[in-house]
Amino acid sequence: MTPSQTVGPYFAMRLPWDEGPFVVPEGTPGAVTIIGRLYDGAGNIIPDGLIETWQAAPDGRFAHPDDPRGATPGGYQSFRGFGRCPTAPDGSYRIVTLKPGPLPTPDGSIEAPHLDVSVFARGLLDRVVTRMYFPDEQTANAADPVLCSIAAQARRATLIAVPEPEGELRFDIRLQGDRETVFFDV
Amino acid sequence: MTADVSTSLITPEIGKLVLPSYERPAGLHPPLDFDGYRSTALRHPQQPLVLLPHRLTEVTGPLLGDGLITPTDSDLTTQHGGEPQGQRIILTGRVLDSDGRPVPDTLIEIWQTNAAGRYRHAREHHPAPLDPNFDGIGRAITDAGGRYRFVTIQPGSYPWGNHYNAWRPAHIHFSLFGRAFTQRLVTQMYFPGDPLLPLDPIFNSVPDEKARQRLIADFDIELTQPEWALGYHWDIVLRGRDATVFE
Repeated sequence: MTPSQTVGPYFAMRLPWDEGPFVVPEGTPGAVTIIGRLYDGAGNIIPDGLIETWQAAPDGRFAHPDDPRGATPGGYQSFRGFGRCPTAPDGSYRIVTLKPGPLPTPDGSIEAPHLDVSVFARGLLDRVVTRMYFPDEQTANAADPVLCSIAAQARRATLIAVPEPEGELRFDIRLQGDRETVFFDV
Repeated sequence: MTADVSTSLITPEIGKLVLPSYERPAGLHPPLDFDGYRSTALRHPQQPLVLLPHRLTEVTGPLLGDGLITPTDSDLTTQHGGEPQGQRIILTGRVLDSDGRPVPDTLIEIWQTNAAGRYRHAREHHPAPLDPNFDGIGRAITDAGGRYRFVTIQPGSYPWGNHYNAWRPAHIHFSLFGRAFTQRLVTQMYFPGDPLLPLDPIFNSVPDEKARQRLIADFDIELTQPEWALGYHWDIVLRGRDATVFE
C-alpha cells in the first residue's frame, strides 16, 4: 500500500475548485450552511488547511454501488454529497449542503445524521478524520453508536455543531489542546 | 428534492444490510507527531484516535468523473502557448487496491514545482523564476484498467526552512479518492536516486523502509520516448477490502 504524505502548503494550486464548497447550489431550498474555523494547539487559526465533507442525502442514501439501496430515483439531483473548502486567511471555511438522513447499520442500530470530515494541512502527515453531528437531533445523537463509543461527554460534544443566530451551523475543529476535537481511526 | 425523510429510512427492501469493510494498515502511514517535521508540533491530535467502524458513510465516497476533466489537464506541458522550461517526462502507472484490483474511473489531482523548484502560489517566496508556460497542476481519471498518464516537467528541489539548509527532494503531490471514503489518499511521489531523500523528514516520516521505497517512481526506458521525454512508472496502491472481518 502507498503511504500518506502531507498535503503541504501549496495544495491551493490544484485542489480547491469554485463549486467545491457547494454540495448543493447556494439558495437550494432546505440548504444548511456549515461554518467554522480550524485551530492548532496554541489556539491559533490555521489559514492553510483543507476541509472535505462526505455525507448521505436527506433520505440517508448514497448514490454509490456499495450502498445496496442506491439513491432514490429522481431524488436529489443537484446534491453531490462531497464538499471541499480551503481555510481562509482567518482560518474559516464554509460548506453549503443538505442535512443528511439517519443511516442504517449492519447490526441494526441507527446512525444519527452526520458528515464525515477530513482535514488536511501542512504539518499533518496524514489526514485526520472527524464527524459533524446536528444539534437538533438530540434523541438520534443519544442512540448513535459512534457517539456512544466516546466515553467522555465533553469530548463527544466536540462533534456536535452549534447553531448560530443567523441559522448557520458552527463546527470549529481543534487539532490539539484543551478542547481537542475527537478524531477517528478510519 | 422530493424524498420524504420520515418514510425513507431503511429495511424492508434490503433486509439485513451487508457492507464491505476495508483493511486497516497498521504502521503504514507516518505518525501525526513527528519530531523532524516542525509543523507537526502544534497540529497533531494528542488524544488517542477513536476507532470508527466502516459503515455506509465510510464504504461509499465521491465518484468524481469526466465532467471535471479537459484534455490538457493531463498534459502539463501544453497548458500555455509555449513550451515550459525543463526536462519533459511521461509519468504513468496504475491505481490498485491492495487486493490487486484496479481502481477505474477515479480522479487523480497533482501539483508540483516548475523545473526551477518554484511553485505558482501566492505564499511561495523561493527566489527562483516562475515559468510563464508552466502552472504545475494536472488532473486525470483512471481508465478501465486503473491506468493514468501525465506528461509534465521534472520538478526541482527547493528550500523549505524546516531546519538549517533544508531542501525538499523533487516530488509531485498526488491526491486520490478511490471508491470509498476509507481509500482517500494524499501523498507525494519522488524520483529515484535523489540525493536529498535520505535527508528529508517528510519522506522519512514513513516508518517502514519498504513502504517508503514505494513512494519512489521507477525510471522506465521502455516508456521513454526517443528524442522527446524520459519515462517514469509509479503505481499507487489504496486500501483493499478486508476479506475476513465481518461486522
